[in-house]
Amino acid sequence: MTDVTRAEYCAVAIADCFADDGEIMGSPMGLLPTLGARLAKNTTNPLLMLTDGEARILRGTPPLGQTADVTEGWMPFRLVLESVVSFGKRHVMMGATQVDRHGNQNISAIGSWDKPTRQLLGVRGAPGNTVNNKTSYWVPKHSTRVVVEQVDIVSGVGRARAEAAGPAAAKFHDVHRLVTDLGVFDFGGPGHTLRFVSVHPGSSVEEVRAASGCEIHTDGDVPATREPTSEELVLMRELLDPRSLRDREVAPR
Amino acid sequence: MKAPSKELTIDQIIGRINSGMTVGIGGWGSRRKPMALVRAILRSDLTDLHIVSYAGPDVGLLLAAGKASKVTYAFATLDSIPLEPWFGRARQEGTAQFREWDEGMFQNGLRAAAQRVSFLPMRAGLGSAVLENDTDLRTVVSPYDQDEELVAVPALNLDVALVHMNRADAMGNGQYLGPDPYFDDLFCMAAREAYVSTEQIIDTAGLTVDAPLQSLLLNRTMVTGVVETPNGAHFTDCTPTYGRDEKFQKAYATAAKTPEDWAVFNQRFLSGDEAAYQAAVTAFTEEATP
Repeated sequence: MTDVTRAEYCAVAIADCFADDGEIMGSPMGLLPTLGARLAKNTTNPLLMLTDGEARILRGTPPLGQTADVTEGWMPFRLVLESVVSFGKRHVMMGATQVDRHGNQNISAIGSWDKPTRQLLGVRGAPGNTVNNKTSYWVPKHSTRVVVEQVDIVSGVGRARAEAAGPAAAKFHDVHRLVTDLGVFDFGGPGHTLRFVSVHPGSSVEEVRAASGCEIHTDGDVPATREPTSEELVLMRELLDPRSLRDREVAPR
Repeated sequence: MKAPSKELTIDQIIGRINSGMTVGIGGWGSRRKPMALVRAILRSDLTDLHIVSYAGPDVGLLLAAGKASKVTYAFATLDSIPLEPWFGRARQEGTAQFREWDEGMFQNGLRAAAQRVSFLPMRAGLGSAVLENDTDLRTVVSPYDQDEELVAVPALNLDVALVHMNRADAMGNGQYLGPDPYFDDLFCMAAREAYVSTEQIIDTAGLTVDAPLQSLLLNRTMVTGVVETPNGAHFTDCTPTYGRDEKFQKAYATAAKTPEDWAVFNQRFLSGDEAAYQAAVTAFTEEATP
């Protein structure tokens, strides 16, 4: 199949984040993470457990925007907070208004704590997620304002801060990937800093660098994000997202 | 002998709250909020309240009306509209004091209060800005493992809890019929007095006729008083009785953008009592549905 869109590269890159997780709960926040997690469940990781975003654990993977499916379990917010997060059998992919070179994330506010220039959601569950279970981030529009040297208010905790906070904070800390509309990154650079994993076809290391507010480490040549398989394209286009909602979040180039 | 009725009026409940109190509000975001009681606080002369909430329009409205001088929260959202407009403005203009915790810390704070201990330890918060911005927070070293230093989440002791249930009986047994209990039982147990607004007060025997035993979230030992407020969670979600009123919520969020529009909204919907509010909502719905 030809004409793979930018959003489809993002979706398979997100799906790959969940590929090796086995039987855990995936908590994708937002549209592309939901598509990617549902794709992983249909391909590399059928054991992945996913909810309708509310209290129902779904057996299957309905199309984006729909939640009707066989219910296989109950997952109210209280169980997420008291059991799943601290139990650790979870991989959350959160958004990030800012994410920095050291893997800290901010969804709380922009500016100073006392008088922010722009109040956002609040830290939500990010502090608990990042010291308890595997965490990845999704950024639909990679820019110098989002990928920064240092976030304003540390909501999700990066590796250096977790280690500084002591063994209890670092013990289960596992910030896995940052996926953006331009590429895939991890925190395997010097001192657990941002590092290229791949760039999406159509983008380049130079473009990513120009769109970033901090240095991103490379280990030699940066590969291209892999092509979706024909099975993945059929799944996305015909089953999981027939209305192409993915193209609204990440526009085709 | 029958247990006495705990049925009260909205005004009787509000009359038991004093200025300066810490008030916990149940629900989550824009879901199953005791909005009829919140609206009654807006109309009252209460002031200087410390609101503890998984915040939605409850907190937004109380900030807009100058009723809340302090808010403890983990987020503020209208769910289908990501950001709570009045909350955002209050934060940006610094018009109240704010304490922002992780969602799990918040739950543990309620649980500590419910268990009558002064704190509970947990991992959440370590390394994050939460511990920097709330300078009252402390950590605790495990007496069993010197390497394990955890956050000592202080009890969120409440003077009053306000929650909304789909159904209740007059003795204060409360029932939710939606998919998620949120944290309403913890709010009630964390409080000295807990007040339940409900869509419907029914005979006790009716509670389990058509709903499972597990839907009885609140037992009467947790509850001080109960009031029937049909459509009382409006405009937040109260599934399966009704969903969120998205058109109304959008009108709320739009009106919050300018003082002029807010004055009109306030006059139309919030200047009278609960019956006047519900009548204005009915008129709004009829206008919106040609």
